[in-house]
Amino acid sequence: MITIDKISKQFGQLNALDDVSAQCDSGECIALIGPNGSGKTTLIKSILGMVVPDSGTILFNNKSIAHDCSYRANIGYMPQIGRYPDNMTIGQVIDMMKDIRRSHTQIRDEELLEQFDLKSILGKRMSTLSGGTRQKVSAALAFLFNGDVLILDEPTAGLDPVASEILKEKIIKQKQAGKLILITSHILSELDDMVTQIIYMQDGKLRFHKQIEALRTETGEIKLSRAIASVMLQN
Amino acid sequence: MRLISLLHLFSIVLFSITGAPLIAATYQVSKLSPASSIQQAINISANGDTIIVASGVYYEKNLIINKSVTLIGVGYPIVDGEGKYEVVSIKSNFVKLDGFKVQHSGYATLQDPAGIKIYDAHNVTICNNVLDDTFFGIYAQYAKNCVIKNNRLTSYGKEEQQIGNGIHCWKSDSMQIIGNTVSGHRDGIYFEFVTNSIIWRNISTKNIRYGLHFMFSHNDSYITNIFSKNGAGVAVMFTHGVRMFNNTFEENWGDAAYGLLLKEISDSYIDGNHFKKNTSGIFMEGASRITVKRNTFENNGWAIKIQASCMDVTVTQNNFFGNTFDVATNGSLVLNTFNGNYWDKYDGYDLNRDKIGDIPYHPISMYAMIIEKNPPAMILYRSIMVALLDKTEKILPTLTPENLKDEKPLMKPLRL
Amino acid sequence: MNKVIKYVFIDIVRNRIVLAYTILLSIISFSVFSLEDTSAKGLLSLLNLILFIVPLVSIIFSTIYIYNSSEFIELLVSQPLMRKNIWLSLFSGLSISLTLAFLIGAGVPIMIYQPNATGCIMVVMGCLLSLIFVAIAMMSAVSTRDKAKGIGAAIFLWLYFAVIFDGLVLFLLFQFEDYPLEKPMMVISALNPIDLSRIIVLLRLDVSALMGYTGAVFKGFFGTQSGFVVSLLVLILWVAAPLAWSVYKFDKKDL
Repeated sequence: MITIDKISKQFGQLNALDDVSAQCDSGECIALIGPNGSGKTTLIKSILGMVVPDSGTILFNNKSIAHDCSYRANIGYMPQIGRYPDNMTIGQVIDMMKDIRRSHTQIRDEELLEQFDLKSILGKRMSTLSGGTRQKVSAALAFLFNGDVLILDEPTAGLDPVASEILKEKIIKQKQAGKLILITSHILSELDDMVTQIIYMQDGKLRFHKQIEALRTETGEIKLSRAIASVMLQN
Repeated sequence: MRLISLLHLFSIVLFSITGAPLIAATYQVSKLSPASSIQQAINISANGDTIIVASGVYYEKNLIINKSVTLIGVGYPIVDGEGKYEVVSIKSNFVKLDGFKVQHSGYATLQDPAGIKIYDAHNVTICNNVLDDTFFGIYAQYAKNCVIKNNRLTSYGKEEQQIGNGIHCWKSDSMQIIGNTVSGHRDGIYFEFVTNSIIWRNISTKNIRYGLHFMFSHNDSYITNIFSKNGAGVAVMFTHGVRMFNNTFEENWGDAAYGLLLKEISDSYIDGNHFKKNTSGIFMEGASRITVKRNTFENNGWAIKIQASCMDVTVTQNNFFGNTFDVATNGSLVLNTFNGNYWDKYDGYDLNRDKIGDIPYHPISMYAMIIEKNPPAMILYRSIMVALLDKTEKILPTLTPENLKDEKPLMKPLRL
Repeated sequence: MNKVIKYVFIDIVRNRIVLAYTILLSIISFSVFSLEDTSAKGLLSLLNLILFIVPLVSIIFSTIYIYNSSEFIELLVSQPLMRKNIWLSLFSGLSISLTLAFLIGAGVPIMIYQPNATGCIMVVMGCLLSLIFVAIAMMSAVSTRDKAKGIGAAIFLWLYFAVIFDGLVLFLLFQFEDYPLEKPMMVISALNPIDLSRIIVLLRLDVSALMGYTGAVFKGFFGTQSGFVVSLLVLILWVAAPLAWSVYKFDKKDL
C-alpha cells in the first residue's frame, strides 16, 4: 500500500530522516515508536506530503506521491494538535471537509460523530471548545471519509478514558476492515491490543520494523512496553 | 429725426461762418439720419459739442476722436472693428465716451490695436462702455487726469502672446480706474510708469496672466478690488509707495500663481486685504519697509513666502486660517518681524489671560524649509514621514530659523 | 478552491478585530468629513489616515491570522488539495474580508460625501492597498516559522513602506539636489505602493498646485489616461509579485 524507499530529510544540522525504507500493507496496524525527536512525525508528514524529502521516494499504491495531491483522498489524518479557525463552528468545519472531499465518491462514516456526541454541539465555535473536544473533532474528521489509510498522531492524548476507549475500538474495527493504520503514541500500554507491527525509530534512523509476535518471542515479554524497553536496553 | 439733423447741419454751417461756437451743439447719429456714421458727426462737430449715437451697428473702420467732444451712446450702439482696425482712437483732451459697445478690434500684435485707445491726452473720460473681443481693451499712453469707469471688458484669449491687456496704462499720471470688470485678457489691469493714480472697486477675473500687473508705478493706491482666478494672481514690481487696501485676492491656483507677488517693492502698505485659496498668498522678493497689517490669510498653500532678500517687513495683526504652510523662507537670516498675529496652528497657552500666548509661535514648519531648499521634496507632501519631521522639529528646533517667530501670538482671531 | 475561501471568509468576517477595524474606519471617515468645512478637504485629511491605517491593519492582521492558522493549514495540506490553491484561498479570504471592511468603513462615507471620480479613485486605492499588504503579509508569514519573528518582519515592512522609504527618498533628494530628480522620482515612487497611491490621489485634488514643478511633471504623467493605467498596473504588480513569491515558497515549505 505504502512503500517508503530510502528517504532522507535534513533540517539544518539535524538529520530528521536518514535513509528510511519501509513497506506498509493494508490490514496492518503499525505503531511508530521512538524517543522524542526520532523522526516519527517527520515520517508521517512525509507520507502526507507536508514535508518533502531531500531524497528517496514514497509510493502510494505503487504511484509516487511527489507533486500529487489526489492520493490524499484515501487518507484520513488526525493531527497531534487540532486547531481550527476560531470563528468557525464544528458544523462548518465538518461541512468544509465534506465540501473539499465532495468529488471523491466515498461512503461517509459518521459513527464517531455520533459516539462522541458531536452532533448536538455542531453550532459551537471552535474557540470555545476544550482541547479534548477538539481532539474528538479531529478524530471524527479522520474517520469521516472512510479512507483506506488512517494516520493518527498521538490519537488518545487529551482524550478522556471513555472517548479514548471509543476511539480504540474504532481503530480495531477499521483494522479488521482491512485498512492500513499508522499510529504514533507515547503510551505504549494502549497499543497492546491494536497493533500488528512495530516500527522503531531513533535519531532519524529506522532501527527495526517487526511483527509484534516476532518482537514478543525475541524479547520474551508479553507487554509491548516491556518488550520495547528491553530492545532499548540492548541498543 | 431727419428734420432735427438738418437743423444741426444748419447750425454747423452757421457756426463755421461765425467762427468759434458760442454755445455747444448736439448732434444725433443714427442709421436713418444723414450723419449715419459717427466719424462724419465728429468731423463736422467742434470742441465742446455732444454727439448722441442711437443704437445700431457702426462700421467706422478706425474711429478717430480728435476734438474735445462728448459721445453718448443710447441703447449701446455697437462700434465694430471687423477684426481689422483699432476701434476708437482718442487723440484730443476733454473727450468723453459713454455708453458704447466696442467690439472685434484688430489683432495685429505689433501696433497693439485696442478697443479704445487714448493717445497723449488729458481729462478723458471713458465710462459705461462694454468692450467685447478686443485685443487690448482700453489703452492709455501719455495720458493724464483720465477717468476709466464702470466699463465691462471681456475677451477670449487662450494664450499669453495672442491677447493684450484689459486696461493698459503706460507713462500716465493721475488716472482713476474705477468700477470696471475685466476678464479674458492677458493682464486685467496693467500699469507701467503710471504715477499718483487710483484703482478702485474693479473686478478682474479669469485673465490669462495677472489680474493686476504693476511696474515702475509709484505712489498709486488700489483699494477694494477683487482679483480672482487669474493665471498668476497680482504682480507688483519695482515700485515704491504703493497702498493696497481692502482688496480680495482669491483662487489664484496654479504652478506659479500668487495672490500677490511683490518684487523690489519698498515703503508700501498692505492693509485689510483678504487672501483666500491662493497657491501663495503673498510672495515677497527684495521687499523692504512694507507693513502687512489686518489682512486675512485663509486656505492658501503658503500664506506668506518671504525670501531672505526682504527686510523691515512688518507682519502684524493678521489672521491665518487653514493655510497649508503659514510662512516659508529660503534663508536663515531674518530681518522682518511677525508679532501679534493670530495663527490657527498655534497650540500654546495663555496663563495670565491677556489674550496673548505665553510662548512664541514659529510659523515656519520644517517641511516648508525643506521644500524651499529642495522643491522636489514636495513629492513627500502629506506622508507620515513629513508629519513626524514637523513634530520633532517642534520639540527640538534645528533647521528652522530661530528668530522667525511671533513673540505675541494672539489666542483669538481678530475681527477683520 | 472556492470551497475553502468560503469558510475562511466566514471565519474572518466574524472576527472581532475586523469588525473593530470597520467601525474604526467608519468613525474616522464620518468625523473627518463632518469636521472639515469642505468635503474636498475632508478627503485630503482622510487620505492621510487611510494611508496610515489600511496598510498597518492589513499587514498585521493577515500575518497573525496566518500564524494562528498554522495547524489548520497543516490539516488542509493533508487533504486532497493543491498547496497553491490552499494558499490562494487564504489570500482570497483575507483580502475579500479586509477589502469589504474598507469598503463599508471608508468607501461608504467617501461615496456619500465625495461621489465623484476622485472619491472613486481613493476607494480603489484603499482596496488595492488592502490587497497589497495582505500579499506582503503572506510573504513575511511564509518566510519564517517563528511567529514573533514573522510579526516583527511584518511591522518592519509596514514601517519601511510608511516611513523609512520616504526618509530614504528625502536623503536621496538632498544627496543629488543638483540634478533634475523629477523623472527618477517617478520611478522611485513606483517602488512604494503607499507613495504611489498617495501621489495619484493628491494629483487629483486642487492641492496639486502646491506641488510646483515636481507636481507638474508628475501630473504630466499620472494625470493622463495611459499614466493612470500604468500606475494601476504597477499597483496590481505589487499584489501579484509578493503573492506569487509567497505561493512559490509555500509550495516548497516543510510544515
